[in-house]
Amino acid sequence: MAENNLPATPGIQKVPTGIAGLDEITQGGLPARRVSLVCGGPGCGKTVLAMEFLVNGILQREEPGLFVSFEESPENLIENFRSFGFDLEKLINNKQLKILHVDIAGANLLESGEFSLDGLLVMLEHAIQSTGARRVAIDTMETIFSSLSNTDSLRNEVARLFRWLGDKGITAVITGERGKEQLTRHGFEEYVSDFVLLLDHRIDNQISKRRLRVLKYRGSDHGKDEYPFLVSSHGFLAFPLTSLMLDYTVSPVRVSSGVPDIDAMMEGKGYFKGSTVMISGTAGTGKSTLAAAFAAAACERGESCLYLAFEESAGQLCRNMASVGIDLGKWMERGLLNLSSNRPTLFGLEEHLMQIQDMVDRHKPSCVIIDPMSNFLSAGSGAEVKSMLLRIIGNLKGHGITLLLTSLTRGSKITDETDTKASSVVDTWIALDLEEKNHLHRREIHIIKSRGMDHSRQTRELVFSSSGLSVRDLATD
Amino acid sequence: MTTENPDEKYHLRLYIAGMTPTARRALSNIESICTDNLQGRYDIEVIDLLEQPALAEGDQIIAVPTLVRRLPPPLRKIIGDLSQTEKVIVGLNLVPYKKDP
Repeated sequence: MAENNLPATPGIQKVPTGIAGLDEITQGGLPARRVSLVCGGPGCGKTVLAMEFLVNGILQREEPGLFVSFEESPENLIENFRSFGFDLEKLINNKQLKILHVDIAGANLLESGEFSLDGLLVMLEHAIQSTGARRVAIDTMETIFSSLSNTDSLRNEVARLFRWLGDKGITAVITGERGKEQLTRHGFEEYVSDFVLLLDHRIDNQISKRRLRVLKYRGSDHGKDEYPFLVSSHGFLAFPLTSLMLDYTVSPVRVSSGVPDIDAMMEGKGYFKGSTVMISGTAGTGKSTLAAAFAAAACERGESCLYLAFEESAGQLCRNMASVGIDLGKWMERGLLNLSSNRPTLFGLEEHLMQIQDMVDRHKPSCVIIDPMSNFLSAGSGAEVKSMLLRIIGNLKGHGITLLLTSLTRGSKITDETDTKASSVVDTWIALDLEEKNHLHRREIHIIKSRGMDHSRQTRELVFSSSGLSVRDLATD
Repeated sequence: MTTENPDEKYHLRLYIAGMTPTARRALSNIESICTDNLQGRYDIEVIDLLEQPALAEGDQIIAVPTLVRRLPPPLRKIIGDLSQTEKVIVGLNLVPYKKDP
């Protein structure tokens, strides 16, 4: 399982959520045999997180789960989670999952004198016993507070219920609706002393942004920042900045750039496998062409390549590349090249990041091309794009996947910083330029940096012809 | 004075979780309310959820004691030790409202 290589915090025992990213941020998961609170506004993903915690327990650890729903009916939950690819019905039929629907919202309860929540305890105990549940999710218990008015007794009873769950050896997630003056509308945070997670959903520049933050984790270290997360068609996904740990293994293996003359400028060997290459240049300098040459070379070696085009359609790219002798269509037909074309403004950056990670997981490519990276600036600020890029780089480096980015620079001079400020995080930076000589534009190539190798420092001419790409010394005149 | 049919039978259920002092109080409170208001037209069934735990989910009992009026319809639930007699009488619709004298 993936959580095996997580940095462990000594002392407290944890239960992995199995939710991508969350176990990294919490350094191993939720506190075992404790109640964890997840709070946030409506539609922020609380229910999805709570249910996924159970489903992952069942699928990854064979721990049965109990979902106590104070709001949605089991039918609704089954229907909603089908869209995340979860077959709750099957888990229920296999007796691995039980959904306990406590429908008190419409029950019109009257009160007369003292009471306890022992009815609920009996209900939970019976359900826990009949399923053997190790994980319990309660979504959202605050409904009780809207149905009953004796809040003082309720508070005592809720606190008692949480202690009781812990004593039973249950690891529980309870959800709470975000309150105005306190964290949750009814102050649930008072009873949950071990773990509190806050989910936030805001709209910024018409693009939806979700952020999560661990407010409290008693006895454990945890990521303190706000982390982006998504509720996608694959469920809940959080994005920790694991890339910043910089602990990936480095490969000495080299891969061809796809242009022998460019390889020659790099000790005759090309890029390092698993490194990040950026090709920058103004419009028409040949960035996509070099990217396509790299992709075709990978396919030629029998490797799989993921080409993410954010400017041109697949058809257009194939046609253009055919004019310089690069046959992308052939590799697509053979299934080695996966060309995905999208508009950068189609969704927010997290969604793009998630899609990229998802495609990488599905296709397991040996190299990934993002053409051009700079187009993401229409979906976020320079700092946000850089942060997304760091996440992508971290993920790909961790898997030894070579990443090639193209970046459009504005203005005429090449050596300026690129808009995404990405130059510091890439390993190899190749700059392309157009130079006018005698009313003719010629393409120039220049390796600004390439970590770990003795690369050419010469500016040379890049020549495109129908038979392919070549590099030659600048004509002196 | 009630608006209900004077011959109508009341079927009440009291859900408890063990015969605790609160449960005992609730039982004695409802018995005296019924004696005073429903002479001979009621029966009270006590359900101990510790003995029949499946009924907690089946009948949706989250709190104990809970008094349920099963008959006449509609179903009504009153939570607590039933010490506030007025609330119980109104809740069971024994006296829906007092008419002005």
